[in-house]
Amino acid sequence: MTHRSETDITARPYTFSELMVAAAAREIRDGEVVFVGMRLPMLAFLVARRTHSPRAVGLFENGIIRETPSTQLLYTMGDPPNIFEATQCGQMLEVMSLLQQGRVNVGFLGAAEIDRFGNLNTTWGHRNNEMQRLPGSGGACDIAGLARRTVVLLAHDRGRLVDRVGHITSPGFGTGGNWRRSHGLPPASGPSTVITTLGVLRFGHDGEAFLSSVHPGVSVEEVLANTGWTLRVADELIETKPPTDAELDVMRELDPHHFWTR
Amino acid sequence: MSAESKLMSMRDAIAQHVPSGSMVLMGAQLEQMIPFAAGHELIRQGRRDLTLVGPISDILFDQMIGAGCVSRVLAAWVGNVSAGVGYCYRRATEGNIPRRLEVVDYSNFTIALALHAGAMGVPFMPTYATLGSDLLKKNGNLREFASPVSEETLVAVRALRPDVAILHVQRADAQGNAHLWGSLGVAVDGARASRKIIIVAEEIVEPGIISSDPNRTLVPGFLVSAVVHEPGGAHPSPVQGYAARDHGFFEEYHERSRRIEDFEDWLSQWVLHLPDRREYWKQLGPARTDALAVKHHAFSAPADFGY
Repeated sequence: MTHRSETDITARPYTFSELMVAAAAREIRDGEVVFVGMRLPMLAFLVARRTHSPRAVGLFENGIIRETPSTQLLYTMGDPPNIFEATQCGQMLEVMSLLQQGRVNVGFLGAAEIDRFGNLNTTWGHRNNEMQRLPGSGGACDIAGLARRTVVLLAHDRGRLVDRVGHITSPGFGTGGNWRRSHGLPPASGPSTVITTLGVLRFGHDGEAFLSSVHPGVSVEEVLANTGWTLRVADELIETKPPTDAELDVMRELDPHHFWTR
Repeated sequence: MSAESKLMSMRDAIAQHVPSGSMVLMGAQLEQMIPFAAGHELIRQGRRDLTLVGPISDILFDQMIGAGCVSRVLAAWVGNVSAGVGYCYRRATEGNIPRRLEVVDYSNFTIALALHAGAMGVPFMPTYATLGSDLLKKNGNLREFASPVSEETLVAVRALRPDVAILHVQRADAQGNAHLWGSLGVAVDGARASRKIIIVAEEIVEPGIISSDPNRTLVPGFLVSAVVHEPGGAHPSPVQGYAARDHGFFEEYHERSRRIEDFEDWLSQWVLHLPDRREYWKQLGPARTDALAVKHHAFSAPADFGY
């Protein structure tokens, strides 16, 4: 079965990355405090601020707090335009303390691997049966543990969506059920959404991921074939809403050469 | 008491204060103000068995690991922030090239807490961060404990006391009273946690400039061992108000560090065959350095410290 919407025919063409950014932006509700991160989540925060969440506040691990996002394309969160006209440039400890207090509504993360319970690995990967050292946690372990909701963005293939991650860099729901509480993590915290190049996954009360929506032109079979475990599918599976003109306008204003949204 | 000048060359600062085997904090301000000039001088002076400490490291740790200076890294992230992985880091961790590297994996928050504990002079700081993760299982400096005042489990993050912190800042006086603004990261705690501090400054100013705005002071001079005047010493990382980030340089390094032969060429060209930062700056050339200069100054409103 192929899901292809009417709007897909008439809408402006867009890339998978742009669809992911739009989907990520919609995870930010107005007035929320967001641990932003770089690359696609950075654009998602900007899109959210300029469309449906004009009062969202962005936190960055280097200590920066912004109520008005930078209008420049950023390569890193430490780029000078991200400091220019910031609300506050404090210490890392200060923004991480807000996170630990439970005052961060949503944090965005990427990952090399994610598993069925939303655990993330960015420490040791595999390629051709060889162990491959990845850069490590950065702030990901902190955000995954302590943000009220965590949203993960990654490319969808069997090598990345695996049954069990080889290394839990950033905890999701562990082995499901009461795992997070039994490990001492805060009650209102954990993975909320996984946005891939094929669809959107959410999590059941048991902590296991299920397919919530498929992107336009993507079949459920394609998603299942590219997932490393038997992925559950929502009873009311929907199609991911394509990016609106307003969302695309913001992305292309900020990233006109598709540096992040290839 | 007349204040004694701590100004010295980078060569002397590294020679006097950073012997082989030291635990060195660098990159405290994350992607900004990374002390590349100091790192390159450590490579030139052939330091070995260094322990590097820092939250993330945007290619400086990778270069020092590739040059064989490092036996241990305590960090949350090692790589190339805008381009991806660090190839020297991968060669060292996966294949002991050029030598074995021990990695102690932290998260950003737990590195910050380790330095905070060091700065406070206490043995650990408590946190919920890393609960449930394999970082907690594998890093011996993170230990679960039962809270003595509440019914819960926390993680004790053991204090870190680096032998020396190398911090690049915008301006300092000759005694080491230093102003830093923009990206602070873990610089405040990192400075106080460390037994010695080397300040690398874009500008050397009169003490009155520093005391005119004491909230901006990163560290008082009495804690500082050496002051190095090294404009451009953070290139290719940015310095707020002084230099943009040289994105292309990070991309070039990514390409030229992929294969070990190419990395050795890179290291030779940009570090080993240059005597100092002045020659490095000449090699960059005016077209490149001009492009990085600040185009639109944005001075803060003056704060009135009068009474």
